[in-house]
Amino acid sequence: MTYHFDFGWLIDSLPVLLKGIRITVQLILIGAVFGVALGIACAWVRALGPKWLKPVVATYVELIRNTPFLIQLFFIFFGLPSLGITMSELTAANLAMVVNLGAYSCEIIRAGIQATPRGQFEAGASLAMTPFQAFWYVVLVPALQRIWPALSSQIVIVMLGSAVVSQIAAEDLTFAANFIQSRNFRAFETYIVSTLIYLALAILLRQLLAGLGWMLFPRKASR
Amino acid sequence: MSLIAITEVKKRFGDNEVLKGISIDVAPGEVVAIIGKSGSGKSTLLRCINGLETIDEGSIVVAGAQFLPDEVHLKALRLKVGMIFQQFNLFPHLTAGGNVMLSQMVVKKTPKKAAEAVARKMLDRVGLAHKFDALPDELSGGQQQRVAIARALAMQPIALLCDEITSALDPELVAEVLAVVKELAAEGMTLVMVTHEMRFARDVCSRVVFMHQGRVHEIGAPEDVFANPRTPELRQFLGVQ
Repeated sequence: MTYHFDFGWLIDSLPVLLKGIRITVQLILIGAVFGVALGIACAWVRALGPKWLKPVVATYVELIRNTPFLIQLFFIFFGLPSLGITMSELTAANLAMVVNLGAYSCEIIRAGIQATPRGQFEAGASLAMTPFQAFWYVVLVPALQRIWPALSSQIVIVMLGSAVVSQIAAEDLTFAANFIQSRNFRAFETYIVSTLIYLALAILLRQLLAGLGWMLFPRKASR
Repeated sequence: MSLIAITEVKKRFGDNEVLKGISIDVAPGEVVAIIGKSGSGKSTLLRCINGLETIDEGSIVVAGAQFLPDEVHLKALRLKVGMIFQQFNLFPHLTAGGNVMLSQMVVKKTPKKAAEAVARKMLDRVGLAHKFDALPDELSGGQQQRVAIARALAMQPIALLCDEITSALDPELVAEVLAVVKELAAEGMTLVMVTHEMRFARDVCSRVVFMHQGRVHEIGAPEDVFANPRTPELRQFLGVQ
């Protein structure tokens, strides 16, 4: 048996595909920026923050890290309306990704903070900085530098995991691929194309994160 | 009037009382060396003076700033006393200049340009003007410690605490750091230093405090303390018969 590849559908489906790519890229950009910001805030609480807030953040982190992403997404999109909180598919998808990455990045960033030598906090304190100033200006950047590869991987994982938002009809790349193959009956080719796009996006994202690290963290002039 | 007044300070770590009632007054411009065996409480005492450790009893007052364990009092105290550490504790993500500028900008809200001018002046003072853009990783231990001194000086403290600042240095780098400290002493800076450099203590310091088991065991001018140790503990510490 031979299989005849047919990519003729590609041109007609291009607008749908491009929209899918745009939504996926948008999801990951918003997810990464706000997710990591949430992760930094939560990591600060868990490592250095006020005692009363720690159990709150710990509950959030463990709840998210020990339940499936798909269920979190369903909970936000289908569950919350029972409480009168409704939102569009895309907003729900964005929120789910921020909440999910926030929990995972919290633990990664916390590891970076806790690996900081005590002398760094003491040096900040001896220069009359408040504990929060010492965290923000002294501890945070080296802490992020320590865990940057792990954090980058987590962001890529969340980007790939974003494929499940098609389940609530958020029109991302996976949604587009499903839509296209249900019209052209060319599942093999359609998923080859979408796989290659995901691969390209993931590689691009890793490069972007590596570049961001290159800008954020100091480098020796000799290197 | 004394600049640093330490009165009956007691400090416990659990059941272990490491400071058992310390009283020392430091006059403006004095250079005081604290010597003693490890575990005698000398580093703890120094760390209490700028509030890195809390105290259980007694009082510490630096130029009118009382040590109380809340943010406002701690900040007032720490603006008056700078501290230099054994491990330098430079901020690894900032250049030498950035290290000296940061606390000026964050704590004193000095504009960047002014902070940079101060940083250049202070780095020049420790002989490292040309290393403004170097990262800590690119500096030798002695250079890093001199940057740490410049960083403390940039906050214009009225006293400096030095916690074994040459103990982590290779022998050939000790001299360049001590030279800077000696210069500061000559300019009238008040210094309290925990040190193992006995020759330096003898040559530069105006008073020597020998601590033993959480107490001030002997105190006096270096000539007296080093030439005529009165107690067997100090004699043993100095290795004289």
